[in-house]
Amino acid sequence: MIYDAAVIGAGVTGAAVARELSARGAKVLLIEKEAEPAFGVSKSNSGIVHAGTQNPPASLKGRLCVEGNRLIREKLSDELALDFRQCGQLIVAFEDSEVPALERIKADGEALGVPGLRLVDRAWLDANEPNLNPAVKAALLAPTAGMISPYRFVHALVESALLHGAELKTGRRVTAIKRAGDAFELTAGGDTFRARYVVNAAGLYADEVSSLAGAPSFKISPRKGEEYLLDRKREHIANHIIFPLPSASSKGILMIKTSDGNPMIGPTAHETADKEDLSTTAAGLEEVLSGARRLVPSVSAGDIIAYFAGLRPACGKDFVIRREAAAPGFVNAAGIQSPGLTAAPAVAMMVAELLKSEGLELDNIDDGAVRRLSPAPRLQTSTPQEIRRLIEQDPAYGDIVCRCETVSAAEIRAAVKRGAATLDGVKFRTRAQAGRCHGGFCTARIMKIMQEELGLPAAALTKRGPGSEIVKGERL
Amino acid sequence: MRRELVIVGGGPAGMAAALAARAAGVRDVLLLERDSCLGGILNQCIHPGFGLHYFKQELTGPEYAGRFADLVRQDPGIEVSLNSFVSKLDGSLELSYLRPGALVDVKAGAVILATGCRERTREMITIPGMRPAGVFPAGLAQKMVNIEGWLPGTEAVIAGSGDIGLIMARRLTLEGVKVKAVVEIKPEPSGLARNVAQCLDDFGIPLYLRHRISFIHGADRVSKVTVSRVAENGSDEPGSSFDIACDTVLVSVGLIPENELLEMAGGAVDRRNNTPVSAGVNLTSVPGLFACGNAFKVYDLADSVTADSALAGRLAAEYLGASPSPEEPV
Repeated sequence: MIYDAAVIGAGVTGAAVARELSARGAKVLLIEKEAEPAFGVSKSNSGIVHAGTQNPPASLKGRLCVEGNRLIREKLSDELALDFRQCGQLIVAFEDSEVPALERIKADGEALGVPGLRLVDRAWLDANEPNLNPAVKAALLAPTAGMISPYRFVHALVESALLHGAELKTGRRVTAIKRAGDAFELTAGGDTFRARYVVNAAGLYADEVSSLAGAPSFKISPRKGEEYLLDRKREHIANHIIFPLPSASSKGILMIKTSDGNPMIGPTAHETADKEDLSTTAAGLEEVLSGARRLVPSVSAGDIIAYFAGLRPACGKDFVIRREAAAPGFVNAAGIQSPGLTAAPAVAMMVAELLKSEGLELDNIDDGAVRRLSPAPRLQTSTPQEIRRLIEQDPAYGDIVCRCETVSAAEIRAAVKRGAATLDGVKFRTRAQAGRCHGGFCTARIMKIMQEELGLPAAALTKRGPGSEIVKGERL
Repeated sequence: MRRELVIVGGGPAGMAAALAARAAGVRDVLLLERDSCLGGILNQCIHPGFGLHYFKQELTGPEYAGRFADLVRQDPGIEVSLNSFVSKLDGSLELSYLRPGALVDVKAGAVILATGCRERTREMITIPGMRPAGVFPAGLAQKMVNIEGWLPGTEAVIAGSGDIGLIMARRLTLEGVKVKAVVEIKPEPSGLARNVAQCLDDFGIPLYLRHRISFIHGADRVSKVTVSRVAENGSDEPGSSFDIACDTVLVSVGLIPENELLEMAGGAVDRRNNTPVSAGVNLTSVPGLFACGNAFKVYDLADSVTADSALAGRLAAEYLGASPSPEEPV
């Protein structure tokens, strides 16, 4: 079997590319080194759908961010049944002398085509963002910004790609790429796959994958970000995503809303040499807490229920999306750091055009032919009437497994049936274990449901793939 | 559906409250338990040490809970609903609960919250480091070993010297796990002296006081922890850090009363320790809504929970205007 295209990396970029290509008639293979999609860079994404501000007007990422934002709002939310919430964002100024900087960001954003930007004064902020630091003088409002669940976005893209005939192979790290006649031959996890075109969306490892293909043309420099999640009880601590004025290296410490209700504070931005360094640090916590308190003084360390670190796959200042002369038929979608989640649908379209210019035949997309997804039902976001209907269909919707986030046995089973193979996979899909008890009460029950669904012994279940087994043995 | 008294939680607190409410004349008690059997967390506490005060007899957790569960089940005025999770409670004591096959709405005359505690987690004390598999709240590890028959690991370090952590140090040792250290940030152990003696000293498990786990290592599964001595000012003493190789970390750093339902009902909660703001034992700021057991405050002994929670049953009966009925002996 020769695939039309192999996409390396099932993060948001690879998933969006796989969906775009498969929906346009190509036979696509999506290869992921981790146990499940979204387990790399995308896992730690904050889920902000950026409006497109804070990008240089001439940048690729600026243009793709604005276009991605429009696609998510106007098209994908509906087609993929995404839980997108358009809450808007504020960039705040603490001094009157900073207002010209806001005006500059506004002008740059308008040049990129960001809609609806406007400066708001203290009276507006008092009315619309009551917990904001009283020292804030003014802010730039970007109403098209919003929130999405990064994992559910990736899963929806992957599921849509699969509906359009793509194939997903997980747990396979690509270790060799060579040219064999008119196709590439990829070695991954002991298997060999053949594809006429290859898209590199390998995130932190995109430089290594590009080198495997004979195009060692860039280097990925990981930049670590630590984020801290607050209890859902603090959901209304902020109504917008709140940014300070950006610095040279980052957008600063933000007050972030998430589509699950838990506010999030962060991220830090520090270069690291280690592509596996996902550690959080005491200094990072300090930096995030003080940065967040500067925006919203009532944030307290006691509100923190979870924390994690992610690595941005940085490569200079802009995205690297291009053909490689040294490897015809090979397209890089690399260096996709912020705002990569927002830009993903637009990145996918750009990649498709590059592949077309390399000779891949693609249909023009016909919106009517796009297969729509039905989302997995969730009690947390259902009305009592909807819950009664769900329970009528399946009594297990009334059987609560995760008490902090109100997740039922039926939801856990559905997640496993839809591809969750690990405890983290169940968590990202359903929110079970993501609440304030952090899995203390529900982990054992989830493991038993997974055992039933997957037919595995407890000792074979993992947190996020081989090597991360939860228990070391069992008495039978 | 109208019910006279709804009790949320079928552990020692909820069962004691139910029995006392019946004795005080309440005719109709609905006892909602989220797990699949009565007894609450006692079911996983298979060690002895329960009942010394209340029964003057040493019992295991399940034996202690079983005595009350038998009385509850024999009482025709108490309806027990298992696998029942209260998803909503408001200030007028209307509540909803989910159980397999149903979402049930109830208007209660009075409500007693006996929802117990959850464990303070690694996240709440923010131990820096990686986030590998093998880090467990001590109570989860206890459930895995005692209820499910799963062995969490082979070499363990325990963060915090709370009673569950101490009990688990011994329990894991008996299961063949090498417990290499218990690490306590405070100058003295948090748990009962008898547990330090019987669970650590008797097994030669080292207790590091004024120390903390300052980093958890391991990409997929825990590989080691860094332990540091904590100076008077709370920071790590320079040069005091050392590593302990292990594949498992148990976190036993305290309990937090579960009062999310009280908050939902508009009741005042003290954010420092998550207990009800209260004018007296078992009272909340919402009329007709009571809290008892570990939801009211964190107890050391189940026997004290039983004794205090009976008061919640009597208070609810008084609120409902009930009086013991001579023809209905309990």
